[in-house]
Amino acid sequence: MAAATQTLPDFRYSPVVDQVGVADRIARVTARSIKKESKIEALKLALSMLDLTTLDAKDTAGKVRQLCYKARHLHDDLPDLPTVAAVCVYPNMVSVAKKALEGSTVKVASVATAFPTGMTSLDIKLEETRRVVSEGADEVDMVISRGRFFAGDYNYVFDEIAAVKEACGQAHLKVILETGELETYDNVRRASEIAMYAGADFIKTSTGKVKPAATLEVTLVMLEAIRDYYYQTGRMVGMKPAGGISNAKLAIQYLVLLKETLGEAWMTPQYFRFGASSLANDLLMQIVKQKTGIYQSIDYFSKD
Amino acid sequence: MSKARKIAKNDSLELISAAQNKAEDKRLEVLKTYKLYIGGAFPRTESGRYWKLKTPAGKVIANVSRASRKDFRNAVVAARRAFSGWAAKTAYNRGQILYRMAEMLEGRREQFISELVLQGSNENEAVREVNAAIDRLVYYAGWADKYQQVFSAVNPVQSSHFNFSLPEPMGVVAVIAPESHGLLGLVSCIAPVIVGGNSCVVLSSEKQPLSSITFAELMESSDVPAGAINILTGFREELLEHFSSHMDVNAVVSSDLESAELKEVQSSAVSNLKRVINLKIKDWFSDEAQNPYLIMETQEIKTTWHPIGL
Repeated sequence: MAAATQTLPDFRYSPVVDQVGVADRIARVTARSIKKESKIEALKLALSMLDLTTLDAKDTAGKVRQLCYKARHLHDDLPDLPTVAAVCVYPNMVSVAKKALEGSTVKVASVATAFPTGMTSLDIKLEETRRVVSEGADEVDMVISRGRFFAGDYNYVFDEIAAVKEACGQAHLKVILETGELETYDNVRRASEIAMYAGADFIKTSTGKVKPAATLEVTLVMLEAIRDYYYQTGRMVGMKPAGGISNAKLAIQYLVLLKETLGEAWMTPQYFRFGASSLANDLLMQIVKQKTGIYQSIDYFSKD
Repeated sequence: MSKARKIAKNDSLELISAAQNKAEDKRLEVLKTYKLYIGGAFPRTESGRYWKLKTPAGKVIANVSRASRKDFRNAVVAARRAFSGWAAKTAYNRGQILYRMAEMLEGRREQFISELVLQGSNENEAVREVNAAIDRLVYYAGWADKYQQVFSAVNPVQSSHFNFSLPEPMGVVAVIAPESHGLLGLVSCIAPVIVGGNSCVVLSSEKQPLSSITFAELMESSDVPAGAINILTGFREELLEHFSSHMDVNAVVSSDLESAELKEVQSSAVSNLKRVINLKIKDWFSDEAQNPYLIMETQEIKTTWHPIGL
């Protein structure tokens, strides 16, 4: 693996983050206003970057099939819409989702490694990863061991991610840092670097089970880590903010941040995703509003 | 203390009090900023626009926020969010809250009277209007736990069913308050809508907009949940289209639309089959402006078929 042959940085000395600078930058991004054609393009781009997600303990096969149908038919009244990037489910729903999405370009993503806590042994995590991939998952969302991270055992965290990456085979690996539990931006920056050097294809903010989930601030810290990693190694890593992004305006602010930090090359579903469930309908309502000039109601959009 | 210093001290005290008297004459009055009322908060319009409200004699009274379609959109979101909670309150509790509004209005009578006078009403009219507004709130507070009984029915049916019908709130109601009677007109349009469990977004009178925002301050302290009532000041000509076309609005209540305006509202309302109600009230002090049928204007009848005797 490329990461293994290069000299690894000492993660104890990851760069520190200027917290006030981050807040100031975000304040300027959120004051921006995107309108008209640019807004429609941004809304469509955000739709194409969606990982439509259902991660409830009460999920049924029926619910997952319904969500997959929604992924393929976002709003049939509008003919020129993109489809979402992926449907994200629990491991035992992978085969259901795979079957429901057959013949479409929508990918199946599965959480694994004892999501959302990750509190189990490595062999079980690897076994779970291999199983979801063999059942057809194109992408695997793993969680890092936050306890080991706080204990300062960065090597363990690194090795675990590397082992899961190996177990993924061809499947893409997204590494969830669970930034809501990492306490400081410095920790987020450090965890981002560990994940990327260990082979992550994407780094992801949150499981959605812990508050705060994704924020613009924490996303900026991670995007800057991705940029610096790219300058160091030449490898492009993707970014996925997840949890708490429920309206179109906020989604567009994330895209502005992405464009200004990483640039055009990252503005595709291959390198940026939103993990969300209710965001899809708000994006659709905004697109219809832009086309008709009339404010929309959730009553006229399918729930999933 | 020497005598000389004592005199000096007295002199300086006198100087201070003289300066204070002088300052009193020159004191800058603290004027109220009239903003919008959306989701329980008082934001300025997002558009940053305002217009100068003048007395009939042409003196500027206030800069009034000129709400935009986006303010309306935000208000509808707030009203939709508040609807389920407000509708789920017991009828008794909604009655208490309306009564509370009347109590608060009673306590601030003088302010409302002088504000109406400032906006061009004469003194006697203003007193009569504020009194009627208080009584109107009490009137509808009383109906809160009664209208459902009066307008419900148990229906005879041929099959083995217990069949009954009862009124339920429609949802979010857009209210265009009348141009005349800035306070009484507003209260008479809002009270029957909210007593039935609807939430509302109200466009206040253009001629007398100040009373509506002062009334909003009163609601804010009367246990009305944030978002159940939202008030915008602005131009009817500009906002009417959005009030009637928004897909998340279930009904439009007005009372003095001209036929061209009414036609515009009716044709925009078709998109989601909003109910359009133009009350045509001539005398805001009479019973035509105060009766339980007005509550029913924004209610839906729900009929339930309950199997029995199986």
